[in-house]
Amino acid sequence: MNLADFLFYFFAVITVVSAFLVVTFKNIIYSAYSLLLTFLGVAGIYVLLGADFIAIVQVIVYVGGILILILFGVMLTNKIQNVPIKTEASFIIPASITIGAFGGILVSTFMNTRWKSMPAELAVSTLGDVGKLLMNEYILIFELLGILLLVALIGAASIARKQ
Amino acid sequence: MTTIGLQHYLVVSSILFSLGLFGIVTRKNAVMVLMGIELILNSANINFIAFARFGNFGFDGQLIALFVIILAAAEAAVALAIVLNIYKNFSTVNVDEIDKLKE
Repeated sequence: MNLADFLFYFFAVITVVSAFLVVTFKNIIYSAYSLLLTFLGVAGIYVLLGADFIAIVQVIVYVGGILILILFGVMLTNKIQNVPIKTEASFIIPASITIGAFGGILVSTFMNTRWKSMPAELAVSTLGDVGKLLMNEYILIFELLGILLLVALIGAASIARKQ
Repeated sequence: MTTIGLQHYLVVSSILFSLGLFGIVTRKNAVMVLMGIELILNSANINFIAFARFGNFGFDGQLIALFVIILAAAEAAVALAIVLNIYKNFSTVNVDEIDKLKE
């Protein structure tokens, strides 16, 4: 087992175990911090797949942005002083059976399909190529996403403000 | 199982997808449901980047993963604003109890 394989299993175990803890912790604050480990593990998997820029974006946007938003959401929607921050769960047994079967089918499909796999040569850095594609072929989507982010920002602020 | 191939990444992403779905279905807190959605978006992103790497398709898959991350950020901001508004109106974020569009 060489170093890349070891790193893959390391990040895969971090991702899967912390994602399992996210959905099983009773305390939602623990779930949010466990989600942090999941996002970092997924960023490690991106690095192993040769997508360094996406990994950095993952760390900045998910860990630095979305997770902080989720923590704000937890703290603003729970009476921390009075009630312990517990969340209930429902339909655990039927959901475990159904989703376990679904996940088993998904995994066995992925394992048994004969994928045509021809790995590309790993680029030293994908930053230049991603930037060129973003400014040439994907320029329309890039601009539209800018407008979308502006609309989402204004919309979120106007929904959440006090009347 | 000697070297890490496409299937290993796909298995990780399918486990992540199933766990996210489990979180969405079973948890009652609306913020927990959002966390499940983030897990599912991450698993889709792993699939995009794994196919881009092992299918030798260039960088298109990575760019789509980037767009998914941007859309997830916009979605999280708007969804949390809606959750805050629901908490202001109903004093709960339990998705089982919120069954009215207006009071």
